[in-house]
Amino acid sequence: MELLVCIKQVPDTSEIKLDPETNNLIRTGLPSIVNPDDMHALEAALAVKDQYEGSRVTVLSMGPPQAEEALRQCLSLGADDAVLVTDRAFGGADTLATSYTIASAIRHIQRTMNRQFQIIFCGKQAIDGDTAQVGPQIAEELGMAQATYACKFSVDTAAQKATVTREHENGYEIVEVPLPLLVTATAELNEPRQPGLWSSIYAKRYEISHVTLRDMPNIDESRIGLNGSPTRVRKVYQPPLRGKVEMLPSIEEGAKKVLELAYHIKPEKFAHLLVPNDAPVEVVEDNDEGVDVKDPVQRAASVESVSPSEFKAVAAAKGNEGSKGGDR
Amino acid sequence: MAVTNFDEYRDVFVVADTIDDVVHPVTYELIGQARRIAKELGQLVQVMLLGENVQTEAEELVAHGADIVHVFESPLLKYYTTDGYTKVLTDFFEDHKPNILLIGATNNGRDLAPRMSGRMQNGVVADCTILTVDTNEGLVEWTRPALGGNILAEIISPNHRPQMGSVRPNVFKKPERIADSWGRIQIEQFDLKPEDIRMKRLDFIPFSKDGYNIQEADIIVAGGRGMGSKENFDKLYELAEAIGGVVGATRPLVEKGWIELPYQVGQTGKTVSPKLYLAFGISGAIQHVSGISGADTIVAINNDPNAEIFQHANYGIVGDCMEVLNDMLAHLK
Repeated sequence: MELLVCIKQVPDTSEIKLDPETNNLIRTGLPSIVNPDDMHALEAALAVKDQYEGSRVTVLSMGPPQAEEALRQCLSLGADDAVLVTDRAFGGADTLATSYTIASAIRHIQRTMNRQFQIIFCGKQAIDGDTAQVGPQIAEELGMAQATYACKFSVDTAAQKATVTREHENGYEIVEVPLPLLVTATAELNEPRQPGLWSSIYAKRYEISHVTLRDMPNIDESRIGLNGSPTRVRKVYQPPLRGKVEMLPSIEEGAKKVLELAYHIKPEKFAHLLVPNDAPVEVVEDNDEGVDVKDPVQRAASVESVSPSEFKAVAAAKGNEGSKGGDR
Repeated sequence: MAVTNFDEYRDVFVVADTIDDVVHPVTYELIGQARRIAKELGQLVQVMLLGENVQTEAEELVAHGADIVHVFESPLLKYYTTDGYTKVLTDFFEDHKPNILLIGATNNGRDLAPRMSGRMQNGVVADCTILTVDTNEGLVEWTRPALGGNILAEIISPNHRPQMGSVRPNVFKKPERIADSWGRIQIEQFDLKPEDIRMKRLDFIPFSKDGYNIQEADIIVAGGRGMGSKENFDKLYELAEAIGGVVGATRPLVEKGWIELPYQVGQTGKTVSPKLYLAFGISGAIQHVSGISGADTIVAINNDPNAEIFQHANYGIVGDCMEVLNDMLAHLK
């Protein structure tokens, strides 16, 4: 089978730190890595190659020349070929322009290297942009079926079909999709392998071919790069910090605060702890001191002494906070 | 598509997200935002509702603020499929040109939105958390987190229509239900054949009965490495149960096998936006913190007063996690 894996070299965002003095992000000097989900996409392709002898795995990336490093890492894990799509004209592209450029490069590779990719593997999303858009947009441009959020994958070459388990918010959907197919991989899909000795030597010596604008005479230049991008970033800013943290003076105070916060969200959960309206209000030591038990708002703050019939009063007095508690 | 006839593209459209013919809560949140945007631009809110048998849901959509609900019913639309939804929606949008198009950033919505943008050749902005309107230019300003939530980017789509974005669930409030709302429910005719849909659903395995969707929880009780042992960690379920919350965890605990992947919070897990997030023994690595930036209130409990997590919390408690936890549980008995 002819298999293609699309990867992206990304800054390792897990290494981002805040400048302790200015609270600004330190974004320079971040190490570059292969996007984590893309490693699972590569592993999925390599697993198919292991299963079907004679399969070939091609890895493609779009980016600046230094992205060769990421491609070499994929070769050291067992990919057979690597192609870098690189040209200044491709820079500044949003997801739509990026996917068009990559799809054009895929057509170019299929034509010039005479191979027809049956499955394209992508990572679910990249950790720098988190959009999860380029995969489906490539699939649409090439007219292929897509199966996103894959957490299990198998292919039957005889039937030209793949069975994919897709992750949903509420469960797993098992689907059957015909080839050619584009799959986006989640971290659950597999465990990426370690580099092999021979493939590491192969990766070092391998000459990565570049696809530039000039290689693709049929490309529509109005659809690439910054000018071919329908979206524009108007501004980028650091989200406001949460404000200064309030440190609670003791464990007891802390526990009380947490329960108070929880009470306002789910008062019904505290109903069994509350004193029934007609029963005498039990004065709890060190808790009710100075609290006017007739004022439901003040009593809500002391958590244990609000009766269920007072919920409405508390909710109304607290600007409807009590009613937000239901499941949405 | 890049356009010049901007006036032909009108109204704010919402694609309803349905699971088994039941509308996902994000749809109502989107209608609330669509209402607000439509008001600023003097336009209507139109909802696209696809399913097998969804007419009763259409009335609910009207009650929550839709001016027009377009109903597309077919056994072929019983489940979401990329091909089925993309075809029905983009075919419809050839004649009815939306100015703005909102889609819920659920797994299905994030599968659909880029596919549609590929077909319609328009811009799409993923996972928006803030929506504002530039009324001078009639543009939606889509704001989304990037770099693992460390920065926010405001994005516009000046020359292409529809202006499209997916919007994260649980960020915006569900609008109030107004029983006597006026709205039109329109049953639409459309062309969709079985062979148009390449994907075939073989099975659906819901998460186990006590499984839950952490992204919809109002209260999350989360544990990190500081919990020390699985036994200690399991005590968080007691607290969660008592206060009406659910349990989440950082990646290392998932790797240890203490909890399953669907409950991992952070960049490689789920992005959550509860009203209350309790971080027990969580150090505050950026890849975890990026997943909780949408929480209303964060309380951090850690025995290290210098733990990074305190920089991201509203309230901090310095102390042994188990001591704090036991103190809370004692109050709840």
